[in-house]
Amino acid sequence: MIQEILGSQLGLSICIICLGLAVILTADAYCIYFERKVSAWMQDRYGPNRVGPLGLLQPLADGIKFILKEEFIPARADKILFYIAPALGVIIALVGFVILPIGGRVHWSWMPEGTTLLAQGASVDIGVLYLLAVGSLTVYGVVLGGWASNNKYAFYGAMRSAAQMLSYEVPLGLALMTLILTMGQLRLEGIVTGQIDSAWNAFLHPVAFLIMLITALAETNRAPFDLAEAEQELIGGYHTEYSSMKFAQFFLAEYTHMITASGLLTALFLGGYEVLPFSRLLAGVNGLSWLYWISTSVSPWAMVLRMAVFCGKISFFIFVMMWLRWTLVRFRFDQLMRLSWKALVPIGMAIVVVQGVLLYFGRPISWISTAAEIGILVIAAMISLLSGKPITGRQLSLVEDDEHAIRPSKTPVTV
Amino acid sequence: MSLDWKQTDIVFVDQPALGAAERLYLPQIWGGMKTTLRHMFKKALRDRTVVQYPEQERPLRVEIYRGVHRLNRDEDGRVACVACFMCETACPAHCIHIEGAESPWADREKYPIKFDIDELRCIYCGMCEEACPVDAIELTPEFKLVGKSREEMIFDKEKLLMVYEQTKNLKPRKDPAITGYPETGHRDRVP
Repeated sequence: MIQEILGSQLGLSICIICLGLAVILTADAYCIYFERKVSAWMQDRYGPNRVGPLGLLQPLADGIKFILKEEFIPARADKILFYIAPALGVIIALVGFVILPIGGRVHWSWMPEGTTLLAQGASVDIGVLYLLAVGSLTVYGVVLGGWASNNKYAFYGAMRSAAQMLSYEVPLGLALMTLILTMGQLRLEGIVTGQIDSAWNAFLHPVAFLIMLITALAETNRAPFDLAEAEQELIGGYHTEYSSMKFAQFFLAEYTHMITASGLLTALFLGGYEVLPFSRLLAGVNGLSWLYWISTSVSPWAMVLRMAVFCGKISFFIFVMMWLRWTLVRFRFDQLMRLSWKALVPIGMAIVVVQGVLLYFGRPISWISTAAEIGILVIAAMISLLSGKPITGRQLSLVEDDEHAIRPSKTPVTV
Repeated sequence: MSLDWKQTDIVFVDQPALGAAERLYLPQIWGGMKTTLRHMFKKALRDRTVVQYPEQERPLRVEIYRGVHRLNRDEDGRVACVACFMCETACPAHCIHIEGAESPWADREKYPIKFDIDELRCIYCGMCEEACPVDAIELTPEFKLVGKSREEMIFDKEKLLMVYEQTKNLKPRKDPAITGYPETGHRDRVP
């Protein structure tokens, strides 16, 4: 019976989806614990250390607290949307992970010789597009929550989030376009095997990787792009009016989205489940052939190791997101827009052009793209340095307009 | 001819010009990330900085700490307050409520028959202590203040005197104590 279930593609996929759901929901809770720990360490504190050893039972205590808390719904809130919004956020964040290529191909011993199964939730032809579509839907939870609350702060948060999402979809799409041109397909597992055969896209397309990392932060509403919940200005932003388990659901959605975005980054740029880059070349080196074995073998043990490697890389990206959050301050809104439209979009267009030219000459996977992208980055830096100070409208009135200067003259006035 | 104080007191600070690395932003981000990463692994600094509160406590700054109030007793064991209402007037949070009455003692005119402080309303600014002409009301270093109801947190005269009994060893009444009231009811401060 178990052999039949695991031996069919549908059964294996359902097993992996169920397992993935459980793992992700638990991981969400521990992400919150880990986030608190990381922030505490960076600020020379201890973080949660009272509940259980090392505070490891803290997520459990938090969960119980969330369930027992009073659930308050504002009188003039749109009740239906108010209920739907957090649930929608979680659901949309959760459907993203099914297509992540976590396991590669596997062959069970009881299966006929030569047949293999794909160890992942679903194999979708339009993988990257699916993730893009689902990823941009996550803003629905935020916007609906902000709108349904009938609260100005929540509404501001939702509006900011929508504008931010629109602006950062563009560079994200451009960075992905580069990858699609390189790999010639949208299937995520195909992109991963392509990287195992050649080189990780992070090396081939460092700038696309950078853009993708930045936009992933923006898409997940993480600092320094967390304008939607800017607690200093908007109290809690879109979740100002939420309490109890609904508030927890927003958290759940945010961390699930982080996990999905990290998985996407891993699959697209860091070679998915490959342990080390260039393992195909390293396989020739004595004692390192196991690297290539893990990446390509159909044995179930290799599959488990591949999943572990994939989860490890996701953890790495999640740590980087936390690291950035507790290091950087939040962007002002005009800075946010300037970064997207005046920096990321032009650079993204330039790398798409470079990749298009390479494709025209029949060499989509080539180290020329690395050199060209670094060149583009240097040129962009030169342009920004030579074009004078980055002056916003507000600073302009301070510096140049002497007659209407805001600050008084510097010389002490004698009476 | 004198300088306008408003102009001379103002210090104009120019925003420092941004260098190349700062304008490119990414090098500065990396610099900041290095700092946070360095602090992440400084366990010794963490252990030195953090006070694990219920088990450890920071040394109390007895002289200047502004915790729960107390009503002092003079050397005869009488309540030192003369019901002058200065603290009640000075209190910005309006948390002190005094009812005065004719004093049974010859050396002062009034004494409080009721002296209530709402410790929940109090903002612990210490204005009452400064306003008091006889140093009867003082703030103690005691900060562990708990109660199960709002009524419980309104400290009356007996409770405030009790706080004095409990804290007089930790923080004795000011020396020289401003207590020896002359017959007139007016006291000359001991220099």
